Amino acid sequence: MTENTNMKVKYGRSKGFFETFERRPGAIKKNMHYCPGCGHGIVHKLIAESIADFDIKDRTIMIAPVGCSVFSYYYYDYFGISAPHGRAPAVATGLVRANPDNIVVSYQGDGDLGAIGFNNFIQAANRGENIAVFFVNNGIYGMTGGQMAPTTLPGQKTATSPTGRSVTNEGYPLKVSEMVAALDAPIYVERVSLSSTKNIARTRKAIRKAFQNTIDKKGFSMVEILAGCPVNMKFNSREMNEFIENQMQHYFPLGCFKDIADTRDPIKRPEGIFDKQKVKDILYPIKVAKGVSADFKNESKIFQKERKIKIAGFGGQGVLSLGMMIATMGKLRNFNVTWLPSYGPEMRGGTANCTIITSRQKVCSPIVDKLCNLLIVLNQPSMEMFLPELKQNGVLLYDSSTIAPPKCSEDKIIYAVKASDIAKKIGSLKCANSVILGALSVVMKDYFLEGKDKKDFDRAFEEAIMDCFADKQNVIQMNIEAFYAGKEAVEATLTNPHPGV
Amino acid sequence: MNNTTVVHTNKLLLKGNEAVVYGALLAGCECFFGYPITPASEIAHTAAEYFPKLGRVFLQAESETAAINMVLGASAAGRRVMTASSGLGISLKQEGVSYLAGSELPAVIVDIMRGGPGLGNIGPEQSDYNQVVKGGGHGNYKCIVIAPNSAQEMCDFAFWAFDMADKYLLPVYILTDGVVGQMLELVSLPDPIPRKPVPKWALDGRYNPRTNMITSIYLEHDDLERRNILLQEKYAEIMKHEQIAEEYLTEDAEIIISGHGIVSRLAQTAVEELREKGIKAGSLRPVTLFPFPVKAFKKAAKTAKQFLCVEMSNGQMIDDIKLSIECSRPVHLLNRMGGNVPTVDSIVAKCLELTGSGKSGKSKAPRGKKK
Repeated sequence: MTENTNMKVKYGRSKGFFETFERRPGAIKKNMHYCPGCGHGIVHKLIAESIADFDIKDRTIMIAPVGCSVFSYYYYDYFGISAPHGRAPAVATGLVRANPDNIVVSYQGDGDLGAIGFNNFIQAANRGENIAVFFVNNGIYGMTGGQMAPTTLPGQKTATSPTGRSVTNEGYPLKVSEMVAALDAPIYVERVSLSSTKNIARTRKAIRKAFQNTIDKKGFSMVEILAGCPVNMKFNSREMNEFIENQMQHYFPLGCFKDIADTRDPIKRPEGIFDKQKVKDILYPIKVAKGVSADFKNESKIFQKERKIKIAGFGGQGVLSLGMMIATMGKLRNFNVTWLPSYGPEMRGGTANCTIITSRQKVCSPIVDKLCNLLIVLNQPSMEMFLPELKQNGVLLYDSSTIAPPKCSEDKIIYAVKASDIAKKIGSLKCANSVILGALSVVMKDYFLEGKDKKDFDRAFEEAIMDCFADKQNVIQMNIEAFYAGKEAVEATLTNPHPGV
Repeated sequence: MNNTTVVHTNKLLLKGNEAVVYGALLAGCECFFGYPITPASEIAHTAAEYFPKLGRVFLQAESETAAINMVLGASAAGRRVMTASSGLGISLKQEGVSYLAGSELPAVIVDIMRGGPGLGNIGPEQSDYNQVVKGGGHGNYKCIVIAPNSAQEMCDFAFWAFDMADKYLLPVYILTDGVVGQMLELVSLPDPIPRKPVPKWALDGRYNPRTNMITSIYLEHDDLERRNILLQEKYAEIMKHEQIAEEYLTEDAEIIISGHGIVSRLAQTAVEELREKGIKAGSLRPVTLFPFPVKAFKKAAKTAKQFLCVEMSNGQMIDDIKLSIECSRPVHLLNRMGGNVPTVDSIVAKCLELTGSGKSGKSKAPRGKKK
């Protein structure tokens, strides 16, 4: 039927098509599979002709949707890919983002674009993807047997609206062009029709314009083409054309809704960096702390065993970053470490906790649900929740600005520091966690560190702070100050250590 | 040790979720399309930071379905491409995964499993095993599934995943639980690889794509059957060559503990504790979930008297263990759900009970044979 359109075809089949359609299964290799009077054949021909004329056969990637035009790959002397139902604009996005030189065409029907895939379509439009969308709107589902489409007219009878589309039940037809034109990103939106020779000529022009925009990398262009489906609508071709002109064009007025390609610069995308050294420079972190040689091992006995640490408090108190600082110390002193946060909504307001395990061996389970060696608590509820998990002879460190002295067995080593108060004095509650670190360094020195480790440890704390906040110089200074303030505060109370109660 | 000039280090502390992005970038991944979801969001965060820094593509898609279809497009363009999500998002992606498999396109999908069904919660679970390992979407397809258990493996497996995806032309899942995704560990970054050339089958406007066509539609029944047979042959080939399991003290083990992801690490600790108690325990960790390491399990079943499958699900992998050993040995299940992680203690206690060495409260006659 495509051969019988009103278009003037000077030299037979368009150069964009194959001479014979070898991809089409069965005996018929010369004709299209579309029904008589169907609009797809005409649109295919206009697209094929444009691609041949622009000489972009080798750069064009067509995406076939789900619907009658799923078989459009039979015909074009170039093709592309079949997309899942409605997903053509997302697939197009992948194709054009991966290679901005690809000329990507998303060919879609009303069900594909307006119903199942509308979000994919409207979002691609709104991103201004450099693609051409040809939207064939015939107001009915052709392939599945004439069911209602999102663009079926009010009162129009289909297999799934046997008494006619009711606006109270199925709503109104979707005015896609109007919606797309209302967005900022798209550059060209036009609604055309196949109802007459004159209209087909306009369609041809619109399709060419969309291609030109895509070739120029100007962005998102869409041509909505009102077409017929006479077989499903039970019209002959004259009745079909009359229906398009009198009914469809009445509801879906023709015209250009937007054409701002001239105002837009071509879209430029960056070139990927793959040079080995450049990739390393960008991806590998800058070494901040001096660290130690690969064979260094702290000599104190405490480090011979796996150590389990739990830190808990309110979200926003720096619980997680305190854990990070301790984990970083482990990294800087050649330990294996794991750090596991409680994650999710509790991080954004409620309680937060994290566990750190340091070991000279491989750490197996990163979970601390009992027997932790060191418990750091920054709020009262966490004290109640986690104190039972502290091991015999374990260390408890807590913020005594806000927490009452806990009751626990005498074997526990308990240190209190007014972390929040001290941090506020220094300038930000946020560095309360570094105050705690200062207190921790005193505990370590008092009870656990031996020989050279005593000297090494303060440096390790400082390096960890520098490493954790490498990108925020002013934060480093404040936290180091907080660290020493915490240290001093605890040392001052040493003559009168907190009673274990 | 000498500083002053800018020195880079390849050692850093990374969450599993971050490490997989570093790995992917070093493995030459060019595009990331994703949608945020806890507990996988750090993957998108890290990708959003580093893909653009390396001039590569990061795009937050409008939906999970859009993300997987963007992956389909970029993969068709011949680029290394990835996406990431968690259970609910993976359910939504299944349509696109089926198309990737049916069109024989490579891609890497990271699934950081959380609690389900429905909204479930954001705690760690392993309940996507069936939907990921068994195909998941419509049609007769399989994806390669690999299950890292550390941040280092999250990084290293990205290389492996892309290589296998390219070799076999199919989607490869990196499947792990919320614990491995969220856990921070020391990672040594490998060297980046050179850019991969665009494959011959790809749709790339610069290299004559005209004859290339990518589709999964085969209208004639015989054509589609032929296509399916080819796919099954490919999966058989993968089954033959790509099985990987990690064995720990299995040679003389009478009871073998098996788990993937974080559970495999708990199992190893449990084995150590059990050995101290004189129980001959070993652990067998499937590293590839498809292909399931049938050979390793068969071998283990020759000496082991029983198996304990530990899962953070209702017991999904246990079926594969039973099938692998053809039910020749009892396979027991120890599982937690809802975001709970089994404890090492519970695994040890279960093994003691099973081997009849338990001194558990109920001092009934041991069910197993006494050593």
